[in-house]
Amino acid sequence: MSHEPSTGATRVSSGAAFVEIRGVGKTYRSRRGDVAALSGIDLGIGSGEFVSVLGPSGCGKSTLMRCLAGLEHVSSGEIVIGGRSHDGPPEGLGVVFQRDVLLDWRTVLDNVMLPIEVHRLDPSGWEQKARELLALLGLTGFEDRHPWELSGGMRQRVSICRALLMNPSLLLMDEPFGALDAMTRDELNLELQRVWMGDAKTVFFVTHSIQEAVFLGDRVVVMSPSPGRIVEIIDVTLPRPRDLDIRETPEFGAMVRHIRGLFLSMGVMKAARHGRGVAAVGG
Amino acid sequence: MGNRAVSVFVVILVFFAAWEALVRLLALPLHLLPPPSAVLLEIGAEPKWYAIHTLYTLYTTLLGFGLALLLGVVAAVGIVYSRWLENTLYTLLVSLNSIPKIALAPLFIIWLGTGTPSKVAVSFLIALFSVVIDSVLGLRSADPDALDLIKTMRGSRLQALWKIRFPGALPHMFAGMKVAISLALVGAIAGEFVASQEGLGYVIITAQSMFQTVRVFASIVLLGVAGTLLFFLVDLAERLVCPWHVSHRIKDAKALAGRA
Repeated sequence: MSHEPSTGATRVSSGAAFVEIRGVGKTYRSRRGDVAALSGIDLGIGSGEFVSVLGPSGCGKSTLMRCLAGLEHVSSGEIVIGGRSHDGPPEGLGVVFQRDVLLDWRTVLDNVMLPIEVHRLDPSGWEQKARELLALLGLTGFEDRHPWELSGGMRQRVSICRALLMNPSLLLMDEPFGALDAMTRDELNLELQRVWMGDAKTVFFVTHSIQEAVFLGDRVVVMSPSPGRIVEIIDVTLPRPRDLDIRETPEFGAMVRHIRGLFLSMGVMKAARHGRGVAAVGG
Repeated sequence: MGNRAVSVFVVILVFFAAWEALVRLLALPLHLLPPPSAVLLEIGAEPKWYAIHTLYTLYTTLLGFGLALLLGVVAAVGIVYSRWLENTLYTLLVSLNSIPKIALAPLFIIWLGTGTPSKVAVSFLIALFSVVIDSVLGLRSADPDALDLIKTMRGSRLQALWKIRFPGALPHMFAGMKVAISLALVGAIAGEFVASQEGLGYVIITAQSMFQTVRVFASIVLLGVAGTLLFFLVDLAERLVCPWHVSHRIKDAKALAGRA
């Protein structure tokens, strides 16, 4: 299984990584004492690389994303993006949250144009780009609709357009498809891959779905809870573009099984088995 | 909408018809309960005089309401952004609200005289509270993710206020305004009751002292019309300013369904 060069992604050795997370820890103070959300996170992400970050609820994967986005301060260690250490939202950032966070009072187009307004740029130069992005994600004809006229999948596409509009060097996605039904989720996985292959951005993709993590990622970062730390980083050497059928291949199955084994050994998946009876986990 | 207007009109018509019939049936004296026909004739006899007094009351009401809206929203923004203002101004407002503000009307007459300013002041004070409370609630209900989104775009606090908090707060603010506009009218009338030479409150007080019950009723009817008009003005403004809000969407969807 060799990494196919057709991805357009350039794997950079950790020394020259675009994003470097060095010994990052995050501790929350609470009345019952300090709670460690993250501990000793070391991760380098190459420019144009798609990294899936996978873990159960409470493993700190979203906290790590919020630290990268500059929404949380790290308690220890540092985050270097594009050679610059920072402690606030970096420049050239695109963020997609689990909820689409569209503003009800704006049309689809105006929602996508929000970053242009916040940056006080001349909108006329960007509107064409916004329309192109909407077209790329199959939303032609919906530019003047309001968010509440759209389905959940369409809304999340709009929020992806908004994140991509200013051509971010780093795209952070926090379980963006977690609230969607399985079929819409598959569809958006394919579209995200297509968009990313067209213009390879550095993507930090948080998910709790093993399949989604393997399907989309160049690498899968597996995290475990309390405190959140990295258990293993798995290279996904499947060729791109990947179609949904790839999930039926032995290679894909082996990776999913391996990751599931990690969660089982952490004791994370016991809870799921407990609720549904003993038969579920085994293969 | 058309249907609703018609049904409201029918209900009002039936109410007045029943009132007319009751008065005639029991042969009640005019100074006790005049029939609606007599009230309408009274207004019809001196339309200009009634119009002047109605407009005066509307004028003080709108001034009081406008001031309450302006200062109320500014105060709410301050309260939401400043812990200090929340602890002082907000706490003070909440404790002041437990005082029936009509009781303060005589004080304003002493301070500001018997002219328009004292009426506006009472109207303003009585309307202020609901504007502040609902504006604070609305500004605080902003989606935390949306505020984070602005941060990740390196937007300022002012941009977060203007692009996220304020538009999101509008439906709450309009709910507050609908209460406030009715209260502003109450305040204006209360001010006129205490001391005045103009307005429907003045007409009611002087007519009452002379047992001109028809005139009292005429003023009450005009107050009802004015109050309803003011409420629907705010309602109309809400529809124009935030047509995207859920409460309007449902009606629009029904209207679309009805048309299809």
